[in-house]
Amino acid sequence: MIFHDILIVGGGLAGLRAAIAAAEKKVDVGIVTKLYPPRSHSGQAQGGINAALANNPKAHDDTPEKHGFDTVKGSDYLADQEAPIFMTQQAPEAIFEIEHWGCPFSRTEEGKIAQRPFGGAGYPRTCYGIDKTGHYILQTLFEQTIKHNIKTYNEWVVIALAKDMDTCCGVIALNMHSGELQAIGANAVIFATGGSGRMYGNSTNALTSTAFGVAIPYWAGVPLKDMEFVQFHPTSLYPSNILMTEGCRGEGGILVNKDGDRFMNKYAPKAMELGPRDIVARGIMTEIIEGRGFEDSYVYLDLRHLGKAKIMERLPGIREITLDFIGLDPIEEPIPIQPGTHYCMGGIDTNIDGASPLKGFYAAGECACVSVHGANRLGGNSLLETVVFGKRAGASAAEYVKDKSKQPKTNALKRALKREEENLSQMLVSNGNENPYTINAELKNLMPLRAGLFRDEKLMSDGLEEIKALKERFRKIRPVASGSSFNFDKIWVLEIKGNLDVAEAVMAGGLARKESRGGHYRRDFDKRDDKNFLKHTLATYTPEGPKLSYSKVQITKYQPVERKY
Amino acid sequence: MTEFRILRYDPDNDKEPHFQIYTFDGPKGMTVLEGLIHIFENIDSTLAFRSMCRAAVCGSCAMHINGLYNLACRTQIDKLGGKVTLRPLAHLPIIKDLVVDLEPFFEQYKKVMPYLIPKEDPPEKEYLQSEKERKKLDPWVDCILCAACYGSCPVEATDPEYLGPAALMKALRFIDDTRDGNAKERLAFVATDFGVFRCHTIFNCQKVCPKTLDPTKAIAKLKMKALFG
Repeated sequence: MIFHDILIVGGGLAGLRAAIAAAEKKVDVGIVTKLYPPRSHSGQAQGGINAALANNPKAHDDTPEKHGFDTVKGSDYLADQEAPIFMTQQAPEAIFEIEHWGCPFSRTEEGKIAQRPFGGAGYPRTCYGIDKTGHYILQTLFEQTIKHNIKTYNEWVVIALAKDMDTCCGVIALNMHSGELQAIGANAVIFATGGSGRMYGNSTNALTSTAFGVAIPYWAGVPLKDMEFVQFHPTSLYPSNILMTEGCRGEGGILVNKDGDRFMNKYAPKAMELGPRDIVARGIMTEIIEGRGFEDSYVYLDLRHLGKAKIMERLPGIREITLDFIGLDPIEEPIPIQPGTHYCMGGIDTNIDGASPLKGFYAAGECACVSVHGANRLGGNSLLETVVFGKRAGASAAEYVKDKSKQPKTNALKRALKREEENLSQMLVSNGNENPYTINAELKNLMPLRAGLFRDEKLMSDGLEEIKALKERFRKIRPVASGSSFNFDKIWVLEIKGNLDVAEAVMAGGLARKESRGGHYRRDFDKRDDKNFLKHTLATYTPEGPKLSYSKVQITKYQPVERKY
Repeated sequence: MTEFRILRYDPDNDKEPHFQIYTFDGPKGMTVLEGLIHIFENIDSTLAFRSMCRAAVCGSCAMHINGLYNLACRTQIDKLGGKVTLRPLAHLPIIKDLVVDLEPFFEQYKKVMPYLIPKEDPPEKEYLQSEKERKKLDPWVDCILCAACYGSCPVEATDPEYLGPAALMKALRFIDDTRDGNAKERLAFVATDFGVFRCHTIFNCQKVCPKTLDPTKAIAKLKMKALFG
């Protein structure tokens, strides 16, 4: 039986950084990924990664404290303040580390790491590599895992956790190549499975960024925290929703409606296009809903005034995407954009070490909720979260496994393997006739409408009923395709099951939260309500649906005040 | 009507790969990848192909499309006249349908020490590197390891020992980096019969690279460095 002292699930930035941290502590670590690490969604991050380096002349007096405050304010005070304070203190070291490993950051005139302005930030502190920052960092960390000779199981899909009494003792995973289901033992498991954006149809996320990753621990009894907080990126390309980085606006791009008005002056008169994402996205959507968009679907992101030289130097990747996908050159024409589902602030409930309530089970990156982003994440803070908390989770898990026996819990693992084998074989013999992909498509259509940028009681209670109906239909799906090697149907059916259950937690959490905060905006309760809702939502799985409870928000340094930009 | 002709192979049942034809009504602007997903979700869920970002940055969906290697996600069906013929990447064993075994490709990649070996101990902050020095890396660092170049290279067909365009370009990426201190060893490793001198300058890799990079040029540069310093 395969065994690693620490097993990491996910080969994106958080997973690779955790693996490197564990390997540096001489712990036996393995990575399981359903892709190859360089395919991970982290590589799609464009604009940059935040750290108060004060490299930009306009940021000479920037400090980690100011970065910490901006993050807490951006979170609409829902972040547990110890986490953003730690993250922003660690940020410079975390960036220098990646740079020392060879990450090709763009440079200032003095040869330091270049920084650009991003939304919701008091200073230009977003370190960037042209407009391909995620790609560069992902390649760099992948290179380091090769240097450290870390064992990686490519194209193995984890489908369940294995528990020995009240402790996580490994995972059950499907080897896509052989089609074999196997148990992998571990003293600690770290999930770094990324976001769940593909519960929504209008997502900027990669196709495989479904809720399956957070559903696996959810099914095993680990609570999900603050799932109702979903971020809609203001600028995704119409109609494919491919991301158009915030860097477009950081470099000076503007937003205009059908009447040629630069409408952000109504929504964030001081910060304009560089307000925080929730406010800019709602501004755009309001223009579209009130009839000032094009074809009732999009507004323009105009870069033309930046000129050819600047676009070619700073935003060549954006130009490549618009040319490839809609045949448009942003040097000549404005880009049609609309908000797209982008990021899950919520996720697996963890503390600042990445430890979940389940012993031996950790999470880091977008699938986790520490909570560092609270109700709204600032652009450039997600890449930072992956490297800071990936490292911390890897180091904490290394500490946790130190005195553990280096043997797999064979009996518990075999039991879990048998259980999952039975579940999978049941999927092959169903006598239903529902198409699972139709159900998934319906879910993806309803989520942006019912739990989108604008929410209310009616929308979300309808949404909850609709999800329950879809779950009922899902019980009657047709048999999954047989076939051993690269049976993607088998995996997708599980991914869709995850989507349905986690979407239900998003909807239930949003319905119960009768206030507006960050990414969660309710027309029927349009103010923040600290008296009743300055608290985290915890959703615990039951077969009948999520059971909600609440936990305290840690307020230390900054008392909540109204957010103005 | 859109027609997809796909080379299929099922290791459980087939002795040889064979073509299968699918037809459907696809909307205007549909990409080849979206066509594949349509078939998978509505017509035949046994079809195997890799996909991930659908935005031409992850490198999952490289395949042979109407005679050229490209990413399925950045290829419009309309531009192919509505008739699409798909085969898996060449020179790598087929596992199932359009999914090939990428291990040989990544094994070559790992051989070139694809990580920075610093010249000196790192400073307290970042290494200083001018924008001009950094720009030297631009032509090489956008590689997404999709293996389109590997599939297109006829040398790979006859010599599996050949490191291949992507791995060689990676070696140059570190040789050209002012922070790296291992240029001599790197060059010695690639300036061999299974390295740059195995390249016959056929330009296929340059022609197919979906990121419009130029591995042929990278290899030529390595040859020059090896011969003339």
